[in-house]
Amino acid sequence: MTTWQDLKTDLSEHGYVAADDLAMALHLSLMLGKPLLLEGAAGVGKTQIAKTLAEIKSTKLIRLQCYEGLDASHAIYEWNYQRQLLAIRADASDEERIFSEKYLLKRPLLEGIQQETPPVLLIDEIDRADEEFEAYLLEILSDFQISIPELGTIKAISRPHVILTANGTRDLSDALRRRCMYAYVDYPNRKTELAILAHRQPGLDAHIATQIIGFVQDLRKEDLEKKPGVAEMLDWAAALSGLGLNDITEDPIALQASLVCLLKTQRDRDAIPTEIAQRLAGQAA
Amino acid sequence: MPATKFPERTNTADRVAGFMAHLRLNGLQAGVAETESALRAIAHLPPNAKEARLALKAICTTNSDTHKSFDDLFNAYWLNPGRIRADVRMTSNNTHRRSLSNKNTLDTAKSGSAGEEKSPDPNGQGEAETSGTGKLIASQYTNIAHTDFREFTRPEDMAHAEAAAAHLARAIRDRRSRRRRAAAKGRTLDLRRTTRASLATGGDPVSLHRKARPDRPVHLTALLDVSGSMSIYARVFMAFLKGLMNHDQRTDAFLFHTRLLCISDALREANTTKAADRLTLMADGFGGGTKIGANLSAFNENYARNRINARSVILILSDGYDTGPPAEITEALKRLRKRGPRIIWLNPLKGWEDYTPVAAGMAAALPHLDLFAAANTLEALAALEPELARL
Repeated sequence: MTTWQDLKTDLSEHGYVAADDLAMALHLSLMLGKPLLLEGAAGVGKTQIAKTLAEIKSTKLIRLQCYEGLDASHAIYEWNYQRQLLAIRADASDEERIFSEKYLLKRPLLEGIQQETPPVLLIDEIDRADEEFEAYLLEILSDFQISIPELGTIKAISRPHVILTANGTRDLSDALRRRCMYAYVDYPNRKTELAILAHRQPGLDAHIATQIIGFVQDLRKEDLEKKPGVAEMLDWAAALSGLGLNDITEDPIALQASLVCLLKTQRDRDAIPTEIAQRLAGQAA
Repeated sequence: MPATKFPERTNTADRVAGFMAHLRLNGLQAGVAETESALRAIAHLPPNAKEARLALKAICTTNSDTHKSFDDLFNAYWLNPGRIRADVRMTSNNTHRRSLSNKNTLDTAKSGSAGEEKSPDPNGQGEAETSGTGKLIASQYTNIAHTDFREFTRPEDMAHAEAAAAHLARAIRDRRSRRRRAAAKGRTLDLRRTTRASLATGGDPVSLHRKARPDRPVHLTALLDVSGSMSIYARVFMAFLKGLMNHDQRTDAFLFHTRLLCISDALREANTTKAADRLTLMADGFGGGTKIGANLSAFNENYARNRINARSVILILSDGYDTGPPAEITEALKRLRKRGPRIIWLNPLKGWEDYTPVAAGMAAALPHLDLFAAANTLEALAALEPELARL
């Protein structure tokens, strides 16, 4: 029986520094066998936690990327029609043989419930799928079984650890929300983010690491369309160390150029001209 | 410590149940399932406040708003039992307002207005400003508009408005799903069914089955502004709403000025002129200013939750003159948008030459709209049809 602190340590050993409420939500979701719903801005590490969990449990990560118009044949199963037609051609075979597992293409949800060891099932950006799919998902998440008319009901061999992510493209139904543990993943605070950077880029000098985090944290307070996430921060840190900078104030031109890693729209680039970048850098240093 | 403060309730289950009731009072959706999960979680965790807080947070919150307010609610119940619900609300509102008012003073500081402590002050300032410009344009407009709107009092013209509405409703409603279903006259082959049917003919696909994208009717909701500045349009627009309603029973209609009123049922019955007259009277009864932002929030709170989804189209008929703070409109529209509907704003003033959306309310709303169009004449309404079909 592990505690949530153990889980948190495990996560951080695998390179994911989680906030307390996130670690607790994940722990409870594992303990109570309920799905975990993560919400938050893009780039705060929602998807990453599923990957890390799969590493910790040394199990498979099965990922279902949602999109508008996603339907059962892409999410659950589909028959391999070409193969079926060929088989019928080859010999006039009977129905039972054609509709057997051999001709079944398994999609993520079906695959997720058919593993020996419980996998981590990541349903990414659930808010992009439409409401019918959400309703269908609810059914699968509560029963962990799928019926295929030709084959019968397939029951889960093991229950996957389900993690859903959403970033607010549309509101999710209350029914889905209530079936899940919930955690809102916010941008990490200074201390956590520093720990993340230290984990991901162990070679980085502590001096510039502090400056990078200071700069990014201040940058998020500016009026931007798309605030830089953790992934962007890591890219930027890698870029700066690639440029060979030891202090972010030493080369204003290089600093300004490197901001492409953090600012991803034209408007945001205009919003942070050299003067503001320098002011932020000065504050961070 | 809390045990001594709850002398009458000693067991955990009761107190957790009490906490759930407290959460429900504050708008969280905590039911039996949550209570059960909470109890199971608490049984497995070491008994201290920090962990209980984190656990209950993961279980009871369902969105980012509740996730943020949870800590206050938790404190209020477990650590500060003297407080009752109203107090909790008050404090959270107060902090919110304080931060808002700070923002306001920052903004208005440039224009030289003070008002550090009293939050209504800067708002009042903005209000006076907007209604000032509003009156100017509105009165200018009244002079010209009266002539062409007198015509619309005749029953046959009302019928025109109704017919235009029916056309529009049809344009909006014609939506195709992205999925495919079996259909006799579909465009693409349904391989699944074809394969299955081919079994009967020894593997030769003799009967070809087809699939097509089924229609997914759109649910239309109209919000009509019936404030003073809009009153000259009220009758026509009411007929317009009735046209929308007649076309499809699922359509909903609301009136708003200083408060929101659902008129779907009233509009469904009797003849157009009568219904329009009665409702106009009803609307006139309130008169006064408009609170678009507050009404949209009320709509979000009470109706949108159950009725608005990605398959909805919201039609707002208003001139955008608002007596509330524009930030409220922005906030409400943002929230509404999260539910996925298309939002269309029809503004009768937009039909006028040289019109620019200067009213603070209108300007605040613009970035959140899918379509912003004129609605001062029947032609303008009819011209909307292709635009709506494209949305």
